[in-house]
Amino acid sequence: MGFLKNRTALCLIVLAALVLVPFFAEKFYVQFFAKILIMAIFAMSLDLLLGYAGLVSFGHAAFYGSAGYVLAMMTPQYQAANLWVTLPAAVAASAVVALVIGIFVVRTRGIYFIMVTLAFAQMLFFLFHDTKIAGGNDGIFIDLRPVAQIGGWQPFDLDNFVHVYFLVLALFAAVYLLLRTMLASPFGRVIAGIRVNEQRMQSLGYPTFRYKLICFVIAGAVAGIAGYLGAVQFGVVNPQMMGWHLSASVMMMVILGGMGTLAGPILGAAVWMLLELAFQSLPTVAGLDLGKHWQLWMGVFIVIAALSLPKGLIGVGAALLKRKGGARG
Amino acid sequence: MDFYTFLIQLLNSVQYGLLLFLVASGLTLLLGIMGIINVAHGSFYMIGAYLAWSLAEQLGSLWIAIPAGVLLTVAIAMVLEWLVIRKLYRRDHLYQVLLTYGLILVFEDMRSVIWGDDVHGVNIPGILAGSLPLTDNLSYPVYRLFISGVCLAVALAMYWIIQRTRLGMVVRAGYSNREMVQSLGINIEFIYRVVFAFGVALAALAGMIAAPVSSVFPGMGSQVLIICFVVVVIGGMGSVKGALLASLLIGFADTFGKVLHLEIGGIRLLPELSSMTVYLLMAIVLLWRPEGFFGKRV
Repeated sequence: MGFLKNRTALCLIVLAALVLVPFFAEKFYVQFFAKILIMAIFAMSLDLLLGYAGLVSFGHAAFYGSAGYVLAMMTPQYQAANLWVTLPAAVAASAVVALVIGIFVVRTRGIYFIMVTLAFAQMLFFLFHDTKIAGGNDGIFIDLRPVAQIGGWQPFDLDNFVHVYFLVLALFAAVYLLLRTMLASPFGRVIAGIRVNEQRMQSLGYPTFRYKLICFVIAGAVAGIAGYLGAVQFGVVNPQMMGWHLSASVMMMVILGGMGTLAGPILGAAVWMLLELAFQSLPTVAGLDLGKHWQLWMGVFIVIAALSLPKGLIGVGAALLKRKGGARG
Repeated sequence: MDFYTFLIQLLNSVQYGLLLFLVASGLTLLLGIMGIINVAHGSFYMIGAYLAWSLAEQLGSLWIAIPAGVLLTVAIAMVLEWLVIRKLYRRDHLYQVLLTYGLILVFEDMRSVIWGDDVHGVNIPGILAGSLPLTDNLSYPVYRLFISGVCLAVALAMYWIIQRTRLGMVVRAGYSNREMVQSLGINIEFIYRVVFAFGVALAALAGMIAAPVSSVFPGMGSQVLIICFVVVVIGGMGSVKGALLASLLIGFADTFGKVLHLEIGGIRLLPELSSMTVYLLMAIVLLWRPEGFFGKRV
């Protein structure tokens, strides 16, 4: 078991397993895994705020949805958009939205921050819900997936679900590496310092507002990558992509897995999606369709998890390992 | 806009603002006194409205349905507080948000099981069904005035309880120092349970009296919750006075946002974007006073 403690080895094993998925799984499960990875990117971006910067954002879906809408609006009606243009544009748009919202919300803290992020995300939700921009309440279909054309060469084809999966996997790995590097850098240290004691960081001369704002923008941009991939995978965008139920779900994934780690949100996203699938496919018992009430089971599960898992699943695993280690030593 | 139309809209905005206050004051009390952020607060508004509808159908009158419904919600709230909420008092806000969000999912599904997913109308009781004539063709419904009256009465009663009674004194003392109050021999846990039930009952009462005007529909809880957050942010956390002021402001912004027409450069901004006006109001207040009107500086 010793080698499992080596983080790099563990990462490579997980990555290898994920690469192998499309060679063994059916279409449904390949797409399901892609969905998990998209949610994992999204959850990692939120963890940057929740776990590292100590900013409890309850409106993170706003940035996820913004990127999706950018792809939808940049796609001409009977033509496919170019991936290499729309992906950077979508991520940049999410970053700009995060910057504008961030200027307002980063001034607040604690419970205020929770309420204000929710309110701003909801404002964006209503912008798309109540007006006729991009199909209004019904949303809009992206009939033709973006093409990955560079000059005359097309390295992969996003109409093929396996290619979509590998694109998602590649971006997932890139985001993981990026965040890991960033968190180990001096910037990451300052962010962690701000979470623990903002006043002290201030007196050390760090402009903490600016640091928190930059962190908020980076988290928004990474959420934008997830939102873009979500729009590509599902071929549709709608206001619910910005809705507070999605914000709450992704928050749950982060906490369920374990805040303040990168593996936590990934694990949390996987467990969350699997639970949702499991609850939805519950059988009918004695005339009662249990699967239809998956939200009820999900709700009960959240209540129990919030009461009994203060450090998430990662924390449970760490505690078990520690106990074992203690017994040995 | 002539005078009478303006007057009607003014009355509407006051009525909406006061109703909002009824819900938001419960939320801000829980935040201020108990330090609990309860995102399931809106669910009780919804539960209240559904109770008003179903009890009025079964008992035959809204007058019996309202007290029965309030008692029922108080009972539910007491049990809920004992079961889960009391475990949250010393936990991080994050877990409070999560747990109460889980409760929303539970409540929404129960609502769907018990009452279904349809939209329902509730009849206005006979005495209040009329309208006050203003001009030859404009009139104002009595029931909306009744809503404003009830909300005002509750607001005054709340002020009196918190500022002038022994219970209010204990509650305020518990807010500043929980341990000290406990060591004086006061059962602070019970007091907290009562405050929680009271706050929740306010939301349910608001849902009940609003039901005949707004009708009863599944998404009504989250709609009101998010606006209430805006009220608390603008008014300042824990401040009942602030909640009143902010509710009235939002009442005006929302109502007049829907009736005024505003066009800039050929793009129609109002009433198309009326649902965004309250959030813009919040943004402006945040720039000016990040802690809200009557909030404590953090």
